[in-house]
Amino acid sequence: MRDAVPEILRRLIGFRESDLWLRFASSPMAVAAALVALMCIGGAVFAGVLAPHQPFDLATLELADSRLPPAWLSGGSSTYLLGTDDQGRDILSALMYGARISLAVGAASVVLSVLAGVSLGLVSGYFGGTLDALIMRVCDVMLSFPAILVALLIDGVGRAIFPQAHDALAYAVLITAISLTGWVPYARTVRAATMVERQKDYVSAARIIGVGSLRIMRRHVLPNVLGPVLVLATIQLASAILIEATLSFLGVGVPPTSPSLGTLIRVGNDFLFSGEWWITVFPGALLVLIALSVNVLGDWLRDALNPRLL
Amino acid sequence: MLAFILRRLAQAVLVLLMVALCAFALFQFVGDPVVNLLGQDATPEQRQQLRHDLGLDRSALAQFVRFVVNAVQGEFGISLRQGREVSALIAERLPATVELSFVAAAIALGLGVPLGVYAALKRGRPGAQALMAISLLGVSLPTFLVGVLLILVFSVHLSWLPSFGRGDVVRLGSWTTGLLTPDGWRHLALPALTLAAFQIALIMRLVRAEMLEVLRADFIRFARARGLSNRAIHFGHAMKNTLVPVLTIAGLQLGSLIAFSIITETVFQWPGMGLLFIQAVQFADVPVMAAYLCLIAVIFVAINLLVDLLYLAVDPRLRIDAAGSMR
Repeated sequence: MRDAVPEILRRLIGFRESDLWLRFASSPMAVAAALVALMCIGGAVFAGVLAPHQPFDLATLELADSRLPPAWLSGGSSTYLLGTDDQGRDILSALMYGARISLAVGAASVVLSVLAGVSLGLVSGYFGGTLDALIMRVCDVMLSFPAILVALLIDGVGRAIFPQAHDALAYAVLITAISLTGWVPYARTVRAATMVERQKDYVSAARIIGVGSLRIMRRHVLPNVLGPVLVLATIQLASAILIEATLSFLGVGVPPTSPSLGTLIRVGNDFLFSGEWWITVFPGALLVLIALSVNVLGDWLRDALNPRLL
Repeated sequence: MLAFILRRLAQAVLVLLMVALCAFALFQFVGDPVVNLLGQDATPEQRQQLRHDLGLDRSALAQFVRFVVNAVQGEFGISLRQGREVSALIAERLPATVELSFVAAAIALGLGVPLGVYAALKRGRPGAQALMAISLLGVSLPTFLVGVLLILVFSVHLSWLPSFGRGDVVRLGSWTTGLLTPDGWRHLALPALTLAAFQIALIMRLVRAEMLEVLRADFIRFARARGLSNRAIHFGHAMKNTLVPVLTIAGLQLGSLIAFSIITETVFQWPGMGLLFIQAVQFADVPVMAAYLCLIAVIFVAINLLVDLLYLAVDPRLRIDAAGSMR
């Protein structure tokens, strides 16, 4: 445990001198995207400290301040940089808290998808046979439907099963719905990589000295198939955030008491015709900014690592 | 060849049965329909009678078989929320969704293919670069946001186009169409563009990638050596070979257009099946959800099957493979 910190430091320095870092630093698109993504993530994670107002603390809301335009328009106030919504909530602060929920749901879905997809892919590729055939058929079926549709259906089924879905359960249903659609690419890619690795001498050697299957998969095969998983996870993060936003926009996502970016856009949609465009446009812009920067990073990572993706 | 088709058909039926099982399972999870129908203060005898009438006292397998038989005939029972036959509700909403999807597909192909060809031929020029950047934005913009922004610009600021509903429709037998009235087209413009936006970007990127691939091939170099004009090479040779994979993807995307129409229809209050479904999800209206689930599955399986068979017809190599693996 005592050596853990220097070990991480050493690795960081190693990464600093690595080929990957050099290519990263020489690609202005990637650097810009990473900076934007880091800013969004930073603003979201430290929303509690950075946000100028407490948008969901009813005691601090002033109805007199409702529907103020952004600060640079006439009638705007410098207290509310991006304006306020119909209840006098500061849009900027709501954005930070909203991005936090969007990112958290997206990240949780990606983690769950990776866990499920990688384990199924490892098992499928390592053991083969009937189990492999079964898992791959399920993948085929899942792939023939668009992710957003499957997520919507699973979410719908989840809501039908738990009609009184309160807050925690609503999140669980949502995250499960997104993860259940997201695991397929991991499973297929890891399976293909595992089938290649399984043939190699080091796996045979491990098997001969009596290492168990589970341990071989975890300690020997897994580290060698992780490259593509990293690329897939980056790309999936963007799509998971967009799926969450879409479901929340449709009113079947996160509970309205803790609005994500999608919920904010849904709320703002009601004010389009009364001229308060900023209630919708700013959450929308932030959503696109996050998705775009993560997508650009994912594209760059794919080109840099150049894995075989399925 | 025949064996391949039969095997694909069997697979399709299996997938449909699995989806039907999911839809059937939905009913099991959502409370007791008898309580819903009779209310809290019915006598146990009344409940028993109704349960028997509805066939709910039979085994799960018997109930599932009955569900499938009914589903094949388009019978999904009565909507819990609207109190009407689900099949009638869907039949009423189907034309709106089909029209929206096909117009969007036409826009996507009509714009996506030429733009993709342009981006490939003028690779590296500022115009093509700008197109690629816009298309990246198009892929990252979620459908609902495109709709909201289009409403903001064209309905709110410019007041050119209406932002909800289908406008005037003409009734042709059991089919209602908005394509015969100017008002119908005006109402269709924004939803169709919204639904097409993602597909335009996708098809454009795909055509560009395929085209660049083909332009590197030997037969193109040979065509150049023969002294053919650029026009003949680009459109006669390269584009022709690009279109097969593009049409496949476009065919598969037709299914996802119908799926994404759920979002578009919600944004524009377009009275199609997607809006019906999303309302069913919000109110846990199980018969409608089950029916939509099955219908979408049928559409998707049919499209996938069709594309597979088309592929078989277009690409002779696959025919040999399929025949070989059959032995």
